[in-house]
Amino acid sequence: MSGHLVENNYTTGAIRAMELDPFPNKPAGEFICNVISNDWVNEEYKLVVLGAHKKALTAVAGQFFHLLCPTPDGAEVWMRRPMSVYRVDQSGGRIEFLYKSEGRGTRGIATLKSGDEFNIAGPLGVGFWLEPDWKNIVVLGRGVGLATLAPLSQMAFEAGVNVTALLSARNRDVVMSRDLFESYNADVIELIDTDGSSDVSNVKNIIEGLIKDQKADAFFTCGSNRLLNLLKDQGRKYGIPGQVAMEQLMVCGVGACYVCVRTFNVNNERVLRRVCREGPVFKMEETVGW
Amino acid sequence: MPRGAGVQDGGDGWMVDLSVEIGELTLQNPITPASGSFSWEYDEFIDLNELGGLVAKTICREPRDGNPTPRMAETEAGIIQSIGLPGKGIDYFLENIVPEYAKFDPPLIVSCSSEDPDEFALLASELSVPDVDVVECNISCPTRNTSGGNFALSDEHTGEVVSKLRAATDKPLWAKLSPNAGDIVSIARAAEEAGADALCIANTFLGLKIRTDNFRPAIGNKYGGMVSPALKPIVLRMVYQCAKEVKIPIIGIGGVTKAEDVVEYMLAGASAVGIGYAAFRNPTALTSIIRDLEVWCDNRGIKRVSELIGAIKDEDMEMDTLTAASQGV
Repeated sequence: MSGHLVENNYTTGAIRAMELDPFPNKPAGEFICNVISNDWVNEEYKLVVLGAHKKALTAVAGQFFHLLCPTPDGAEVWMRRPMSVYRVDQSGGRIEFLYKSEGRGTRGIATLKSGDEFNIAGPLGVGFWLEPDWKNIVVLGRGVGLATLAPLSQMAFEAGVNVTALLSARNRDVVMSRDLFESYNADVIELIDTDGSSDVSNVKNIIEGLIKDQKADAFFTCGSNRLLNLLKDQGRKYGIPGQVAMEQLMVCGVGACYVCVRTFNVNNERVLRRVCREGPVFKMEETVGW
Repeated sequence: MPRGAGVQDGGDGWMVDLSVEIGELTLQNPITPASGSFSWEYDEFIDLNELGGLVAKTICREPRDGNPTPRMAETEAGIIQSIGLPGKGIDYFLENIVPEYAKFDPPLIVSCSSEDPDEFALLASELSVPDVDVVECNISCPTRNTSGGNFALSDEHTGEVVSKLRAATDKPLWAKLSPNAGDIVSIARAAEEAGADALCIANTFLGLKIRTDNFRPAIGNKYGGMVSPALKPIVLRMVYQCAKEVKIPIIGIGGVTKAEDVVEYMLAGASAVGIGYAAFRNPTALTSIIRDLEVWCDNRGIKRVSELIGAIKDEDMEMDTLTAASQGV
């Protein structure tokens, strides 16, 4: 029998890297991962690298795992925390999450050390997708939203799609994911608060330049309402589709509880959708704010 | 499906009979999801055919958006949540949701709710289709109006609404009671007398969390139902008290996170359990608990899990304090 009873982990159904999968025909699973490293990548963000069961490695860009976070303070962290996948290393059997240690869940993750175990459930939700006629895409994100967008560069690279990545941040030291984007041949442009290059007017000029140069068949964004609205405006004006990865407070992660609903505008009708199930990646034109 | 070591008996079936009877309905094991915390979408993780029953989220006749967000807040000892029974109404449910559940073998238990007893009865009759096996009347949604919808705060209202539902459906009728009632035993009696076939004990406890940064309630609907393992001893006590007073089966719901909790509920008099929180925390919890329960019984030579129902040893509890305190721990 696979699985292990772990204190404060109410299941014997979670599996380690080499264990037999009790439900091999199910797309998602509960995995006890081995923490390989958990290091700071800059002054605000950490990267946790996990050794995981091969089923976990089926995650695609934009999908998320529901993380059973250790406690940062001795008290229970009751609910899992959803987090999008940063990188999947198929050959190494590894999965990575890039995060800002901020709330109780992420502060708990920050306490993990090499050799610790970490229970993750997934992969879940709808990830990014590329339409066959898109040859050039624009990825525009800010802050931790870039962690969600970064794996899109690999997806695009493998599909032969060119990426222009506009990375917005407070200052140059906390620009996220530049290396990952560049490793997949993306053209990277940094947009920084301290030199004014992240101003909406400047970003708009850059976007319009990309549209003129026919480098914008589709937009992708995450992490900023300001940037989402900018892309929506440009998308409407020039008929360019887009996708955005959304966030919401979440409980079950599979669509059962209806905690994570957000409002969308579909054919001029306001409707509620579950970020965990119908998303977290949605068509940009249907969103009502990030 | 992999099974626990030592559980198979060499070909004649399982060594432990996990089946339980809820009235005329037989469940293959006592593990069911709790209404509201489950959907067929858990099929992403586990084989739903292993479950004792499938429980659809509470359905209302008319489409409802549900409550404003945020719909959940963590507290020191669990969460409070108020979802507001969102759904697309009875027609959509029968056409689109019931077929999703019909793909699986375990009986389908459909939770339903209304603020008006006559509309409630109509809903129960509309739900009485072949693919629905049980009508569970949610007469205890904690965030509904206390005079309409949350009937289970009063034995009189409970009797009235359950009687109407009883007359409206031939399906097994389970009544979900409220832990917020002053005397849940009297509500249980009223539901039994009105014709309920089983009792689900209990719905969530009404709670409140206030944010100290902005002085506002932490969830959009202000009040929320508490979901937590902390509720187990409280609800277990209610199940125990009700089981002494009613003859119909009880489904114990509150804070079950492991096989031993199922055993406790059954010892207290429950015939089955409903599980919510544990599946939120561990999406594979439901099937794990079934397997663990089988191993637990097998390790103790218990051939039928139903032997546990009401098997609490609570006679001769009156012991002289000095005698008790002279014994070891």
